[in-house]
Amino acid sequence: MSISVKFFASLREAVPGAAPRIDHRDGDTVSAVWQRATDGAAMPDHVLCSVNLEHRQPHESVADGDEVAFFPPVTGG
Amino acid sequence: MPIRISEGGFDPSGELAAFEATQTPGSFGATASFVGTMRDLNEGDAVTGMTLEHYPAMTEKELSRIVDEAIDAFDILDALIVHRVGEIAPGEPIVLTAVCSAHRAAAFDACRWLMEELKRRAPFWKQERLADGGSRWVQRNTPG
Repeated sequence: MSISVKFFASLREAVPGAAPRIDHRDGDTVSAVWQRATDGAAMPDHVLCSVNLEHRQPHESVADGDEVAFFPPVTGG
Repeated sequence: MPIRISEGGFDPSGELAAFEATQTPGSFGATASFVGTMRDLNEGDAVTGMTLEHYPAMTEKELSRIVDEAIDAFDILDALIVHRVGEIAPGEPIVLTAVCSAHRAAAFDACRWLMEELKRRAPFWKQERLADGGSRWVQRNTPG
């Protein structure tokens, strides 16, 4: 198993080489997933995160098989 | 049909009529609706088009949750959200929210609440094409 990582909108363009999938490690958090998927890029301010389609904070844990996503502030409507 | 993501243009009047047709005749005394339409000007710049990106599955989940929360929080019978994605031209509708209730106050209040929650929580992102040939991501929503 592994962790699926998605980036949306301007954030996808900000980290064009980011990995779409990484191996899971014990104690993984959303923030740790960002660090490994982007090869240590600084996380921009105001980034929003989700785990398995639910809004989450960077400190929250991630399990093997989860889908983690990062995106800028939403601008729909 | 409480929520729908539309990859093509949609007719707000037709959507609203179809929504009302799903309600029991005589059960509602008020229908409130809001339509958001793409403008050709933003932050002082001429805009010729827009791409609306979303996060498939999460967007639908979040919109459904917003509708469910509105039905729980307000004295309403039902609510609807239709939201466009993909390529959009100025003058085309982007979003429709609608509410059916017994009386007008709850319909007005819930319809506004649906829009504000959608703009705060639902994963959509706008990229504008400018008249000078450039493009830019919209950074934040206006206060309303």
